[in-house]
Amino acid sequence: MVEKTKFNIDFMNLRHIFTVVSIALVLISAVSLATRGLALGLDFTGGTLIEVAYDKAPDLANVRQELAKAGFEDAVVQNFGTDKSVLVRLSAKYDEKLVTRVLGILNAYQDKVTLTRAEYVGAQVGSQLKEDGGLAILLALAVVAVYVAMRFQFKFGIAGVVPLVHDVIVILGFFSVFQWTFDLTVLAAILAIIGYSLNDTIIVADRIRENFRRLRKGDAAEIVNISINQTLTRTLNTSGTVMVVLIALFFFGGKMIHGFATAMIIGTIVGTYSSIYVAANMLVGMKVTREDLLVPVKEGANGEEEQPPDWLNRM
Amino acid sequence: MLNKYPLWKNLLVIVAVLVAIIYALPNFYPDDYAVQISGQRSTTAVDNSVMKTATDALNQAHIAFHNPHLGKDSLTIRFKDADAQLKAKSVVQAALGDNYLVALNLAETTPAWLKSLGATPMKLGLDLRGGVHFLMQVDMDKAIQQKLDVYASEMKRRLREERIRYRGGNVQADNRIVLDFRNAAERDQAESYLKQHYNEFLFSQGQDGKLLTLTLALTEKAVRDIQDYAVEQNLTTLRNRVNELGVAEPLVQRQGRDRIVVELPGIQDTAQAKRILGATANLEFRLEAKADEPSSQTQVFTFRDNPSRSATLESDVIATGDNVSNAKQSFDENGRPEVNITLDAQGGEMMTRVTSHAVGRRMAVLYIETKMETHEKQVNGKTEIVHTRKTEKHIINLATIQSVLGSQFRITGLDSIQEASELALLLRAGSLAAPMYFVEERTVGPSLGKQNIDAGVKSALMGFAFVFLYMIFFYRFFGLVANIALLCNAALIVACMSILTATLTLPGIAGIVLTLGMAVDANVLIFERIKEELRAGLPPQSAINAGYSRAFVSIFDSNVTTLLAAIILFAVGTGPVKGFAVTLSIGIVTSMFTAITVCRAIVNAIYGGRRVEKLSI
Repeated sequence: MVEKTKFNIDFMNLRHIFTVVSIALVLISAVSLATRGLALGLDFTGGTLIEVAYDKAPDLANVRQELAKAGFEDAVVQNFGTDKSVLVRLSAKYDEKLVTRVLGILNAYQDKVTLTRAEYVGAQVGSQLKEDGGLAILLALAVVAVYVAMRFQFKFGIAGVVPLVHDVIVILGFFSVFQWTFDLTVLAAILAIIGYSLNDTIIVADRIRENFRRLRKGDAAEIVNISINQTLTRTLNTSGTVMVVLIALFFFGGKMIHGFATAMIIGTIVGTYSSIYVAANMLVGMKVTREDLLVPVKEGANGEEEQPPDWLNRM
Repeated sequence: MLNKYPLWKNLLVIVAVLVAIIYALPNFYPDDYAVQISGQRSTTAVDNSVMKTATDALNQAHIAFHNPHLGKDSLTIRFKDADAQLKAKSVVQAALGDNYLVALNLAETTPAWLKSLGATPMKLGLDLRGGVHFLMQVDMDKAIQQKLDVYASEMKRRLREERIRYRGGNVQADNRIVLDFRNAAERDQAESYLKQHYNEFLFSQGQDGKLLTLTLALTEKAVRDIQDYAVEQNLTTLRNRVNELGVAEPLVQRQGRDRIVVELPGIQDTAQAKRILGATANLEFRLEAKADEPSSQTQVFTFRDNPSRSATLESDVIATGDNVSNAKQSFDENGRPEVNITLDAQGGEMMTRVTSHAVGRRMAVLYIETKMETHEKQVNGKTEIVHTRKTEKHIINLATIQSVLGSQFRITGLDSIQEASELALLLRAGSLAAPMYFVEERTVGPSLGKQNIDAGVKSALMGFAFVFLYMIFFYRFFGLVANIALLCNAALIVACMSILTATLTLPGIAGIVLTLGMAVDANVLIFERIKEELRAGLPPQSAINAGYSRAFVSIFDSNVTTLLAAIILFAVGTGPVKGFAVTLSIGIVTSMFTAITVCRAIVNAIYGGRRVEKLSI
């Protein structure tokens, strides 16, 4: 069997090693999520957040002390983006004059403090959002599983969704291990990654299906290997263009979408990895066969090759 | 195999791209910093004399401005930068006085010829232009409770008029009205009478000790109607209040079943905004109790301006704030201040019925404020935040009824013009069907908005540049074609968002940038396929054709799945995240068109219909 491809890497040879790697990644993430949890952002916890800009870098310890003196012992004070900008987070105790009062305290200690933004989220809104967010991820996974199972076949449905679950858990794991703030934009990134990673998985699955129908010989592992090699340039180039864009967002997009860009970058890497070593790996593991992919006999169907739909030719 | 597009298809591509460019164009004319001046009341005219006062003041303060423009009921003056705009606001406000509202605004600079085509720029979200965002919760339980109170007193009055004797009646906590009767005949009589008039209730009979009871429970539909009405009514009231704030382009919108979003761009003074929006007030009109009335049917309230003074009122409510359709301060025949009140039909009818027996007695206006108090509570060692609602009822006015009142009447005997106008404002603003409280608040300073725009634009440009170089490096001429298609895609996304008047947010910009990165995926797929077919020995023309048609199925599948994720995100997300979902969805759809059709059109135009030996790919 000679298939001309630019690459000829025996991916499936290493599949057992990477199965262990994937399981380890998921386990580490799961343990961290269970023990350390996520550093949930204001969107989900509720509370008050005040971002101020100083004209010269303040000493955070002093800021903390001043706030504690005024009765805000629970205030979390940290730099945000630059050392001149300071983020103060308070638990949900809130009243109309809170922001003014905090600004007053900060101003008394060091002059030239300007309010950049202030946010207050009610505890109830936060917990509702947390629920909705979790629900959104589950819903996205379910819808996607059904779609893939319909377009391909049941085994592909499973092999399409498990990598996504893997990706979501690993991204969450990163945010848990490093205790990066998990806010609404990170949730958005995770949902975008579900779309993107699946994209990758489908391209590979599509090729596997095609090759099963086209190539008469070869076992599942071989066919999967050929398919991955054939789509490898595409996989790398697409990940490449997405990655350069994300790097632009990460470095130039400003601090407000830092979390988003970080989650997307991790997701793109993990998603690309998972479409090879989780999705394809699972197809081999589930012993996908030629029979699974026989095209139902359609009227006017031309051989085994799937024809592009009519309307495409008109485009 | 000629790889030629028919003329109509080429025309379609050209027209689509041209339209996209025209509708995307307005976004490239940066907005001017401006202040917008309008009257505090709709009767206050904004005319040339106002313009003269304002411009004179600006000249005196040496603040450069341009293009003062007198609109229908507002005046817009433009400035060079945000500094001048801020200074100008206080200068103009001082010069014009409190009868005028001076609001910060961004004025668009779209040329007239684009405007005539209906092309307008995208709206910028709060995170890009600064301002405040409030999320308010409508208290649904209260809405129903209040409505039931009105129902109960109305029913009791009608039963009295029909001479059907009842022992007592009250509103229970679980949204039911329970009426007590001494014997079955009276209860049956009451039931058949009430059934005729109140089909929004379900009736059931029961017994409570010696008393026979008739329980009226609201039907589910009636509950929903009341709740919908409450939210709609509050929306209207909030819109009126926001208009009193004089903000340019405010947004007041229902979110979900029981929440209302208010976005006020350009507002920095949140305290003032909250005072006016958050006056979570309602009103009740009640008669003062007669001296011999049993204490079970009366309640004692203090006065709002003088807590040591109090009065005893009947428990029955004549009308509530949501019956007030208008209230104006004016002067009576003797030049003394008064407040003219207009009630809606239902309120007017009730007022006539009650006051026809009560001329000479006094009627009170009761002002009900709901305040949110936040406490911390220890539950299982964890600190939980508990919100409790505290309702305060105070009398704001107690006046003698001079004659039978209808839907229009007036309150006189007020001490000062100020008192009268405050009462009118409270009556107007107090017409909330249900109390509301703030559950979310976000303030974005103008400097942060500016930073976010700069960061967004910069990252978009850099992202573009990186993808351009990447594609040209890997796919040479075909990469260039893909880049042209990408530019068309960007124009299409911006055009679609402008036409849909979608709001651009920072995550929205991220969405556009991300879509651009993902959009070339389709091209990569096609080009890789063409390369493969070339390697397999197909001649260039066939390779192009095969590449496009074979890659299509994969492109379609992968785009549909991303679209599904975006739709779910739209359903769940709020504010900026919704913006991300919108741009992502639009981007997916437009990228299918540009990456496949536009790109193919260019390739066909260059390679199609002739002998090609080698492709630059």
